Amino acid sequence: MKILTTSFLTCAVKACKSSPLSFPLHYKDAELEQSDIAYNPRFLINILPRIDWDAVRVTATELGFTVPEEKPELPALDASSSTDTIEPADEKTLRELHTLLLETEVREGKLVCGNCGHEYKIKEGIANFLLPSHLGEFELFPFCFLH
Amino acid sequence: MSRPEETLPPDLFYSDAESRKYTTSSRILSIQSSMTHRALELLNLNTPSLILDVGCGSGLSGEILSSIPPSEGGPHIWIGMDISASMLDIALQRDVEGDLLLADIGQGVPLRPGSIDAAISISAIQWLCSADSSDVSPVGRLGRFFGGLYAALRRGGRAVCQFYPKNDEQRSMICNAAIKAGFGAGVLEDEPGTKNAKLYLVLTVSGGDVPKGDITGVVNGMEGVDIMDQRRGGKAGGRAADDRKGSKRWILKKKEPMERKGKVVKASSKYTGRKRRIAF
Ligand SMILES: C[S@@+](CC[C@H](N)C(=O)[O-])C[C@H]1O[C@@H](n2cnc3c(N)ncnc32)[C@H](O)[C@@H]1O
Ligand SMILES: [Zn+2]
Ligand SMILES: [Zn+2]
Repeated sequence: MKILTTSFLTCAVKACKSSPLSFPLHYKDAELEQSDIAYNPRFLINILPRIDWDAVRVTATELGFTVPEEKPELPALDASSSTDTIEPADEKTLRELHTLLLETEVREGKLVCGNCGHEYKIKEGIANFLLPSHLGEFELFPFCFLH
Repeated sequence: MSRPEETLPPDLFYSDAESRKYTTSSRILSIQSSMTHRALELLNLNTPSLILDVGCGSGLSGEILSSIPPSEGGPHIWIGMDISASMLDIALQRDVEGDLLLADIGQGVPLRPGSIDAAISISAIQWLCSADSSDVSPVGRLGRFFGGLYAALRRGGRAVCQFYPKNDEQRSMICNAAIKAGFGAGVLEDEPGTKNAKLYLVLTVSGGDVPKGDITGVVNGMEGVDIMDQRRGGKAGGRAADDRKGSKRWILKKKEPMERKGKVVKASSKYTGRKRRIAF
């Protein structure tokens, strides 16, 4: 599970969607792994505006990283301009974002909802988002008291 | 041959053995790959994007998304959702790049609003029409899925779902659920009337670079595409088009704006009857 994906995940329980406590999900007992993904500056430039940086900071802190307080700024890049025109300072930022968001992965652990307390297990990098029936049934009272 | 959806729920049907058989069949690999390419063509992405693969299975489409070269707007980063742990296990063994979620799309999409650029789904969503172990009706599950997908897409985002409806009724049930969730919708059929016929549900979210609630702008200029009003007959529209074998057939259009205008929209005649591009 990449930090990028974590920053877009929310609790699957319907009643949690409206609660600010349900995002970001919180890591528990996380085991990390560094993976190798092709550097993709255009992707980062496309996705960064949609990333909730405060959520990334929460996640990064839980995993033991420090990241800047402010979301880094990146140059706009249209389809015609080449990635060769990226300034060295921006290139450095992009490489760091690449390592943090795409190459840092959680192999084992749990993601916990701050609202209902449900734990989404992660095994071999796959997060289990199947809702047990007790959460479906108690949609109006989403407390994970059965776990 | 009975349809797999009618034999078992998906998580049981796609067992370890079936998932392995599925992913080693060269016939399946080639069909799924050509449909993925066709769906990508319909998504028309020009920059590396975040894509949700709905019912991603063993990652056959995902591998293609990861390998689109920069000259064609890739490579894309993807997140896959599937209900079969066995399918996902094979995806792991194949060392796919995307992140995998073990999840039931009938329960919704656990992503923040406006997260993804696009979604792709190959041969999966017809499963939502069959009963499964949950006690929610197919219409309820389709509603949760399309509602969740609509919210998860960024404004101006697009989704393409290739699916195998059992009959016209299932086809309209699926299309209507998408429209109800707010999507601009159209259905494209490749090689209609043959045993290789393939249906693609093309969905747009207004805002961004897509004109409000309008799918016309999206399909204009696409080959072999027609847009029709769906009011006539109620059943996924396109009744007349169904008789013309080999002719163009875009079927659905988001309902409300059409009804307000109260007229039937058709693509201009230059698209009529043009030879369909075969994606294999
Ligand atoms: C024919 S396979 C297609 C897999 C992949 N898209 C491909 O083209 O190779 C259908 C997939 O849909 C998945 N599926 C069916 N119902 C589902 C549901 N409710 N939620 C998530 N995945 C589902 C199945 O587990 C299976 O992997
Ligand atoms: Zn929750
Ligand atoms: Zn629980």
